[in-house]
Amino acid sequence: MFQVRVHGRGGQGVVTAAELLSVAAFIDGRSAQAFPSFGSERMGAPVVAYCRISDAPVRTREPVVAPDAVILQDLTLLRVEDVWQGTTASTFVLLNSPKPWAELAGAEVLSRFDPERVAAVPATEIALSQVGRPIPNAALLGGFAALTGAVSLAAINQAIRERFAGPVGERNVAAAGEAYRMVDLARHSSAWEV
Amino acid sequence: MPYQRAKFYQVGSFAVGNRLLAPSERTVQSSLARTNSLTSGHRACQGCGEALAARYVLDAAMAATGGKVVVVNATGCLEVFSTPFPETSWRLAWLHSLFGNAPAVASGVAAALKAKGRADVRVVAQGGDGGTVDIGFGTLSGLFERNDDVLYVCYDNQAYMNTGVQRSGSTPPAARTATTEALGPEPGNVFGQGKDLPAIAMAHGIPYVATASVADLHDLEYKVERAMAFRGARYLHVLVPCPLGWKSATAETVRLARLAVESGLFPLLEAEAGEVVAVTPLRHRVGVEEYLRPQGRFAHLFRGAGRPDIVARIQQVADRNIARYGLVQEAGE
Amino acid sequence: MRQIEGSQAVAEAVAACRPEVVCAYPITPQTHIVEAIGAMVRTGRLANCEFINVESEFAAMSVAIGASAAGARAYTATASQGLLFMAEAVYNAAGLGLPVVMTLANRAIGAPINIWNDHSDAMAVRDAGWVQLFAEDNQAAADLHVQAFRLAEDLSVPVMVCMDGFVLTHAFEAVEVPTQEQVDSFLPPYEPRQVLDPDDPVSIGAMVGPEAFEEVRYLQHAKLVRALEKIPQVAEEFYHSFGRYAGGLVSPYRTDDAHTVVVAMGSVVGTLKDIADQLRQKGQKVGVLGITTFRPFPAAAVREALWGARVVVVVEKAFSTGFGGVLSTDVATAMGPLRAPIATVVAGLGGRPVNAASLAALIEGSERGSLEKVTFLDLNRPVVDRELERMGARRRSGPSAENMLRDVASQAAAQEG
Repeated sequence: MFQVRVHGRGGQGVVTAAELLSVAAFIDGRSAQAFPSFGSERMGAPVVAYCRISDAPVRTREPVVAPDAVILQDLTLLRVEDVWQGTTASTFVLLNSPKPWAELAGAEVLSRFDPERVAAVPATEIALSQVGRPIPNAALLGGFAALTGAVSLAAINQAIRERFAGPVGERNVAAAGEAYRMVDLARHSSAWEV
Repeated sequence: MPYQRAKFYQVGSFAVGNRLLAPSERTVQSSLARTNSLTSGHRACQGCGEALAARYVLDAAMAATGGKVVVVNATGCLEVFSTPFPETSWRLAWLHSLFGNAPAVASGVAAALKAKGRADVRVVAQGGDGGTVDIGFGTLSGLFERNDDVLYVCYDNQAYMNTGVQRSGSTPPAARTATTEALGPEPGNVFGQGKDLPAIAMAHGIPYVATASVADLHDLEYKVERAMAFRGARYLHVLVPCPLGWKSATAETVRLARLAVESGLFPLLEAEAGEVVAVTPLRHRVGVEEYLRPQGRFAHLFRGAGRPDIVARIQQVADRNIARYGLVQEAGE
Repeated sequence: MRQIEGSQAVAEAVAACRPEVVCAYPITPQTHIVEAIGAMVRTGRLANCEFINVESEFAAMSVAIGASAAGARAYTATASQGLLFMAEAVYNAAGLGLPVVMTLANRAIGAPINIWNDHSDAMAVRDAGWVQLFAEDNQAAADLHVQAFRLAEDLSVPVMVCMDGFVLTHAFEAVEVPTQEQVDSFLPPYEPRQVLDPDDPVSIGAMVGPEAFEEVRYLQHAKLVRALEKIPQVAEEFYHSFGRYAGGLVSPYRTDDAHTVVVAMGSVVGTLKDIADQLRQKGQKVGVLGITTFRPFPAAAVREALWGARVVVVVEKAFSTGFGGVLSTDVATAMGPLRAPIATVVAGLGGRPVNAASLAALIEGSERGSLEKVTFLDLNRPVVDRELERMGARRRSGPSAENMLRDVASQAAAQEG
């Protein structure tokens, strides 16, 4: 079972991100479950959503307490809540940031993770240029596919198209693709550096 | 008013006289073919205005729709006295659910009929003033706001008579009830703003609103017939004296209803889409004292030196109604 | 199979049942269901259906009562405060014998106001005369609705399908959504036992005095007792029509040789199955008994499933204030005098996550007799004690909920600092 926790703020499509991830996993032929932690949060409030991906049916309803991956849609949350709860050195971490993660203020907290499993994508900037709105979730899902390999980009794209018809869907697919290539390239180049 | 008003001054009542009219102008009640929707044998008190009004209203509705009426009844006297099973006095399809939900239940019946394409069947909901202006007010407002195809009829006897005459939102100022006793310097019910439900119904802009009394059968039947000509939410508010709660003689029910109208305390009107389109002018206006005196619930206003100050305040209420609706036409008009 | 939100799956299942009147009043977390049905009515996908936006839950159930009495298949959904606001009409629908179907998206009852999941709402109306079915997952939630209409109309009783708010209503998972063809073959058109018909007028809802009231009430009881036979039959027929099993009275999991059986309702059953598997790997014989039908209570089936148990742990998302478990009381009654010891674990109140590790530890210890009669899972007892102290110290100690919330927040801040 691969467990994902998405942290973000109301209005950033946090719940949608977890839902789309579950749909993508389903498209890939796996069992998946997604659910939000809170239901009445207003715009801007911290929101957490969960996704579990498994080869067997997912039965547990517990919130994800030991994530295999954390997606952080908004770095300001680092000051607000413990987004690292239950993580280990092998947890994948995907950040929404225009800067490389190593250059981030407070990057030392990330040193506890396997650097091969940490990535940052400028998801908001990609969303603004591709979709025209600062909703980073599609780009982050593309980055997630590249970073973890837990879902395929093709499945992410199909899930996005099923949710958002027409040009909106295509623009989000483009955002996911751009982030995917960015993370994929970074991983390979960092592998070169090693 | 498209019917010929019968003027039988010689008998001192407007409620009689069908035999003196042309057959086509006679009331539904005078016809042998009337449905007797609320048939005899029920357990209402002698002189019950509500029983009288309910039969008049529903027989008229049945006549207007070819007998295709479904009735939803709020809890209250009318429900209790009509259905102590195994007896039922209802000769039409009738449903009682709760005290405060008759409008919503009626909306449900109307929705079901619409879904089933039964446009021929019409829904009438009914309740007393407690079920209408107080506990059922929210559901009634919802019915109006959605403009559901229901005629809602309030039989207003101005207190909770079923439970032993407690004050309702429709109880008039100074009236004595079990919860507004005739004690202290301000005996009886308070002089509040009142809850003028016909006006509130009009404010919803529903197709048709009317007031009527059991004292004028022609007028009452006409208004039911008129209401059934509309689709959407309609509201009919009928004043029904209650000998038990009003502490009046059982033979006085119709006369008291007429005096309520003639004093200006209960104006008769019709409104369409929120605008008053007709009022019944007072050709024979009486002072409120003539209406109040026969009622035991106002006896404290006339005992000993009496309370002319309070009577005067009630007269002001009547005068305000008369001015507001133009019930008395000035000479020369 | 579709990866779909629970509420959407239920909306599709309900729509496939061809309801004729659906009334909606917004209350979290059932809103997505009626919103989706409303949209289907708008587009014409759900034909011959009146969708009514009412002004309260009291009106929602009342509209359903009127519609059902007029011969229409009626549906609504609610939760929590909404259920209590309509409680009078909930009892009324049962008393009138009207086969209304309602989704209850289980949610805590205030005060303190809380929008999250527990079972307090369902427990508050357990004696109203409704059949109450609990869904373990969203497949069950969808399927139970189809069975609910069938049961309700066969027996002329209202049926409430309980699904955990947020945990199921807002969860995306794979669901085989019942198709129109399947439902049409399983659910015949509604044939009312009593109907408001101007051509054959009857009085419905008459006053009944002491001379017959007991008999009328007993009939209600007898109908629910009959439901205990009918529910498994309907589940069996459902299996033949849909090719999957759903519904029924109880859902035992690895109970045959179990020494410890954990009894629960709703979505926590899934978590408990995982816990049972984990504990079995460690050598403890644990089984789970999911209660699908809570009312009527399937005493015989429960007794049978718990026959060999040495310890019974009932995990409940509600409790009877001042006493303890609600479901536990029913389980104890069902087990009779020869019963194994029963421990109640109250968990998941007001959306408190049911922590699998804590729960597993409790269950693990249960065979050693370490469980109290009633345990509140993960209760922060010091917070309660400090409020009791404040209340003892001064008369005007202020609003307790707010005091305790402030306490929890300051504890959290102290930990971070």
